[in-house]
Amino acid sequence: MLTLTSPIDTMAHRWPVAPKLVAVALGTALIFPVADLRIMAGALLALAGLHLVLGLRFARHAARRLWMLWPFLLVLVLWHLWTAEPARGALIAGRMVFAVALANLVTMTTRLDDMLAVVERGLAPLARLGVNPRAIALAMALVIRFTPVLLDKASLLMQAWRARSPKRAGVPVVLPLVLAALDDADHVAEALRARGGL
Amino acid sequence: MERNLTHIALFAALIAVLGLVPKIDLISGVPITAQSLGIMLCGTVLGARRGALAVLLFLGLVAIGLPLLAGGRGGLGVFVSPTAGYLVGFPLAALVAGLVVEKWRVDVGVASFAGALLGGLGVMHLCGIIGMATVLGKTLPEAALLALPFLAGDLLKAGIAAGITRGLARVRPASVLSRA
Repeated sequence: MLTLTSPIDTMAHRWPVAPKLVAVALGTALIFPVADLRIMAGALLALAGLHLVLGLRFARHAARRLWMLWPFLLVLVLWHLWTAEPARGALIAGRMVFAVALANLVTMTTRLDDMLAVVERGLAPLARLGVNPRAIALAMALVIRFTPVLLDKASLLMQAWRARSPKRAGVPVVLPLVLAALDDADHVAEALRARGGL
Repeated sequence: MERNLTHIALFAALIAVLGLVPKIDLISGVPITAQSLGIMLCGTVLGARRGALAVLLFLGLVAIGLPLLAGGRGGLGVFVSPTAGYLVGFPLAALVAGLVVEKWRVDVGVASFAGALLGGLGVMHLCGIIGMATVLGKTLPEAALLALPFLAGDLLKAGIAAGITRGLARVRPASVLSRA
């Protein structure tokens, strides 16, 4: 399955994951109380600069990811023009863009394997609370494996529907899809037990 | 134990698939995402505990960078975006929907509709509105205005979730674990 890691290799891909995550948490916590537009602009420029240092193509890729915020930016622009507080609007918009861009940056420069390794290490202390970290890792692997399988089944069900109906597939396809998920769950549980269980 | 785990994992995958399948028409001609339908089904079919865990597992995978949210979104960014409140509401919605179906021993269709309505509509939008108000710096009623266009679709999805849960209870009663 595709991940959101950027295929454009940068030096940030080789930075250790845990400090990157700490940086996101810190950055988000620090940007929230900022009430001065100059500091906000500085933070945004610094973040944009960091993207550019990592490469122009990478920066363009990251900008495209940020595009999903446009409906909210539009709402903010219209709202604050209406209430005639453009400075406050700019502050809120800047805060939102900074937080999302910073978080996206970590997601885009961290490979799934590295992220999973950090998650596993982070979950290890849960063993003392009676939670089995291996079970969580296995569940994650199962979701990653079975999402494309279920997606294929969904598309088969929709094709079968289309072969019989002039209308597009709709709600009636969901029930057999849920049944498919339940069946797969039973089969995998049996297979796990047959191999010695968790 | 194994069965619990695989049910949780497969329903997490189901949430993803319902968000990624593009052409499920809930109202003819209006393709809207069925992801919240998946959340409701987690609660009404798996029950409160397993349903909420399935949603948490799904969110964990979104957080580590898999594009499983509707429209192929994901990563850490979505957890600080204006819609982050909805993500907090997801597991709570499944929990509430599951609790209603488990505790309210009426016809499973009726209980599922009530659960999906209370969890998938009430709790989810409450969290979503608080999230939008926080990130966008608005008051709660102002943020509620932004959520308004989606209420009709979610009302419809609560009905569909109830229909599917009832259908499951009819064709295979043992599969509705919330009532097992």
